[in-house]
Amino acid sequence: MGGIKTSIARKVAMALSGLFLVLFLAQHFTINFTSVVSPDTFNEISQFMGTNFLVQAVLQPILIFGVIFHFVMGFVLEIKNNSARSVSYAKYNGGANSPWVSRNMLLTGIVVLAFLGLHFYDFWVHEMQVKYIQGDMSGLNEAGEFRYYEETVAKFAGQPVRVAIYVFSFVLLMLHLLHGFASSFQTMGVNNKYSKGIKVFTKAFAIVIPMGFVFIAIFHYLNNL
Amino acid sequence: MKLNLKIWRQEDAKAKGEFKNYQLNEVHGDMSFLEMLDVLNNELVEKGIEPVEFDHDCREGICGMCSLQINGEPHGPDRGITTCQLHMRKFKDGDTIVIEPFRANAFPIVKDLAVDRSAFDRIQQAGGYISVNTSGNTQDANSIPIEKDKADMSFNAATCIGCGACVAACKNASAMLFTSAKVSQYALLPQGEVEATDRVLNMVAQMDKEGFGNCTNTGACEIECPKGISLENIARLNREYLAASLKG
Repeated sequence: MGGIKTSIARKVAMALSGLFLVLFLAQHFTINFTSVVSPDTFNEISQFMGTNFLVQAVLQPILIFGVIFHFVMGFVLEIKNNSARSVSYAKYNGGANSPWVSRNMLLTGIVVLAFLGLHFYDFWVHEMQVKYIQGDMSGLNEAGEFRYYEETVAKFAGQPVRVAIYVFSFVLLMLHLLHGFASSFQTMGVNNKYSKGIKVFTKAFAIVIPMGFVFIAIFHYLNNL
Repeated sequence: MKLNLKIWRQEDAKAKGEFKNYQLNEVHGDMSFLEMLDVLNNELVEKGIEPVEFDHDCREGICGMCSLQINGEPHGPDRGITTCQLHMRKFKDGDTIVIEPFRANAFPIVKDLAVDRSAFDRIQQAGGYISVNTSGNTQDANSIPIEKDKADMSFNAATCIGCGACVAACKNASAMLFTSAKVSQYALLPQGEVEATDRVLNMVAQMDKEGFGNCTNTGACEIECPKGISLENIARLNREYLAASLKG
């Protein structure tokens, strides 16, 4: 990050890493949604993603780097922004000229970061343990069947608190994306005849994808009452 | 109407400031905000109290001198105006009005409500110009054909009066709207192409050096700008900057 020194370069780096994470989110949702419509497909894709060399050795480290970079750069930018006004206004009517989501990206981002900690603990740490510490790459349970679907469902079945945390976190992610996704195009200089369409698409994406994750969590909870 | 004024008083740049409360009993709706402050200052002078220092000059929305954060918004609650164009009819009898200077480390307070916005001048000096050889063979600017759309966009960018409301409104105290307007007014014209690379790199470098924050695209600057400078200019600045960076 030391090489990205100017304000615009940092913002562009932030936007690019955000767009990368948006792509990952779309791919993640697509795979997760198969757990609702076809458990077998979900198991097969999970096994492929969990054992494919390119995914595990190349894409996964890039993803982790992308997540860390996005959050660290977010804090770097925030520190600079805070230092630009050391005396705050006694009366600040931010709501008069800008949406709440655009002024609270750090807050929504911190919630998403905290959620990622839980999510990694729930799924990623367990997978790393089974695959790379226990050395079991089969993806099978003791009955000889794929374990991914049942393990995923077990995280939500009879777990109302975890489901509530997921719902809350994805609502915050939606708020984060409602500003961040469209904003990244502006930061990269895209402001032309397609901007209106981009804005509509990014807003729709920001609502549909996080709410889709909420639907999946609630579906597995209700389906196993 | 009667008004309660809560005004920031600060002796000089280094002094510790504080809010002081004043009451005005005969404010007319047809007064401009600055005229209301004139009335207050007359009363203060009569009482032997130091009048409130505030920036003003043309009083017709052109010069960009009048600043003031009024009830949490630069230039007050109205849109597309400067403080001198704000009328007291926008307020109600008995209102309390909080008046603060524009807050940004790059705009240090000179006294009371007056701030030093020379950081904008230094950004402009870093590249907000074109170099023209005036030795006698200067080409008439009108002989260069320019698309009407581009000429209009350039003109609109050039209407920025450098008042600093964009910085004051931005939660990050960013100067991107100002800098983007000053870059755009030249970037859109053939006369500005020759120095385009150096211009944008130098102006952004100076903007950062002055200590302004980053743009997070909240759009507050565009809403509060008295001249309606559009966020399109910030996108153009980003494009110009990226292109210039790639050129080196």
